[in-house]
Amino acid sequence: MKSLLARDERPVKDVPPWVIGALAVGLAAQLVVAAVRPAPRATAEDLPPPPSTALLRLASLGEPVAAAKLLMLHLQSFDYRVGSRVPYRDLDYERVVAWLDRIVDLDPLAQYPLMTASRIYAEVPDPAKQRLMLDFVYRRYLEDPNRRWPWLAHAAYVAKHQLKDLPLARRYAVALEKNTTTPDAPLWVRQMEFFILEDMNELEAAKILLGGLVASGQIKDARELAMLQARLKGLEERIEAEKKAGK
Amino acid sequence: MHTAPFATTIARYTLLEAMRNRLAWLALFAVAGALGIAAFLHQVAIMESREVGAAVVAAILRLTGVFIVVAFVVTSMVREFNDKVLEIVLSRPVPRASYVFGKFVGFSTAAFAIAIGFALPLVLFTAGARVMPWALSLACELVVMVAVSLFCVLTLTNVVAALGAAAAFYVLSRSIGAAQVIAAAGERSAAWTDRAADWTVAAIARLLPAFDQWTQTVWLVASGPDWAALGSIALQASVYVALILAAALFDFHRQNF
Repeated sequence: MKSLLARDERPVKDVPPWVIGALAVGLAAQLVVAAVRPAPRATAEDLPPPPSTALLRLASLGEPVAAAKLLMLHLQSFDYRVGSRVPYRDLDYERVVAWLDRIVDLDPLAQYPLMTASRIYAEVPDPAKQRLMLDFVYRRYLEDPNRRWPWLAHAAYVAKHQLKDLPLARRYAVALEKNTTTPDAPLWVRQMEFFILEDMNELEAAKILLGGLVASGQIKDARELAMLQARLKGLEERIEAEKKAGK
Repeated sequence: MHTAPFATTIARYTLLEAMRNRLAWLALFAVAGALGIAAFLHQVAIMESREVGAAVVAAILRLTGVFIVVAFVVTSMVREFNDKVLEIVLSRPVPRASYVFGKFVGFSTAAFAIAIGFALPLVLFTAGARVMPWALSLACELVVMVAVSLFCVLTLTNVVAALGAAAAFYVLSRSIGAAQVIAAAGERSAAWTDRAADWTVAAIARLLPAFDQWTQTVWLVASGPDWAALGSIALQASVYVALILAAALFDFHRQNF
């Protein structure tokens, strides 16, 4: 700092008192003006529709990834307060989805937008808004399944346990089973359909699916295999019991 | 020598320097460039072509105006340091304050002229009544930037450092509102890190002008500010200029030449 200023200094007593007074008064006046000035707040109604991806790319001046990160933080600040009872509930979700789409377009490798969509925005107690967000996750998952599978897996969970929409959960589970090929994804990701079918009481279909999985030899872990075989056996017993009860 | 006539002389010569520096030509080229881009967009836009033109020209000219003013203040002052003009001036029996005030008045007059010159072409796209508040706000913004640039260059006495500091100040002042919005998420958090981040951003915001609320393009394409809002901007600008000039004077009085 000293070399940056590169100068000789006189003592403070050489500064005229009126200058020091003016500095103190100016600082006090600035603090008063700033205190009176209303602090900016991003309420739900303030969220505007996003500009086009091309325009955002142009405005990012060749830094789309940095722009996407900043936009994500900015989007997150709307209608959110730590400790508030239901954050994000009042947001216009069609706009939120449009913003998330732009952010993913700018930075396709980012996990943040998909994560917030499935784990934060999809958690609001409003089924219509939840469905919008789950649909966004599903749509964008299909573009890069091996990277985005965790968020669709959580979307299947939300559809099953919160929305109680088993056909929707099954749709996501089928997509996960069909499209996720990375070895990084745990096996349960590809087994989700079985559990959902079981909940839907589609026992025959569940049995075929689970039997196929066990027979395929994909499961290398002995404990996991034993667990699935036990589950298959239980399923067969349930089917038998239901057949007997039907007679 | 009396303070006021000396300050007036300094202001007059600063203004003369602005004219001889071909600042008007530079501003004219900036206007021509912005109008050229607007004309191109006018051909491309399917609808709201006047609004597109107004928004683009306003945004370009606002940034260009700030750049011209800051660059002029910094380079002019550094030239005076290097040519020892400042030392000759200070060898005369005049208070240092009159030199700073004279410089500020001269630079501010040039900045005011640039604000008016940059507002005039906007009349091609929108009503004059909408342009006037925008022009007044831009003038306030440029005058604040004159004071800040003067402070930076008097303190740092170096082109790159002063330009960098003034640019950083401007970017921070334009973006502090967004930072406050993001930081406000932690205001009810129990975590001390969230609270510390919120307080830090709030403290910085109190020391900066809220440039993100000034000279808004939306005033040109939708509804403009009321007189109270415009008065508030003028008040904020006056207070901030007073503060920065006092800080500049404090530092200037401490320097040994």
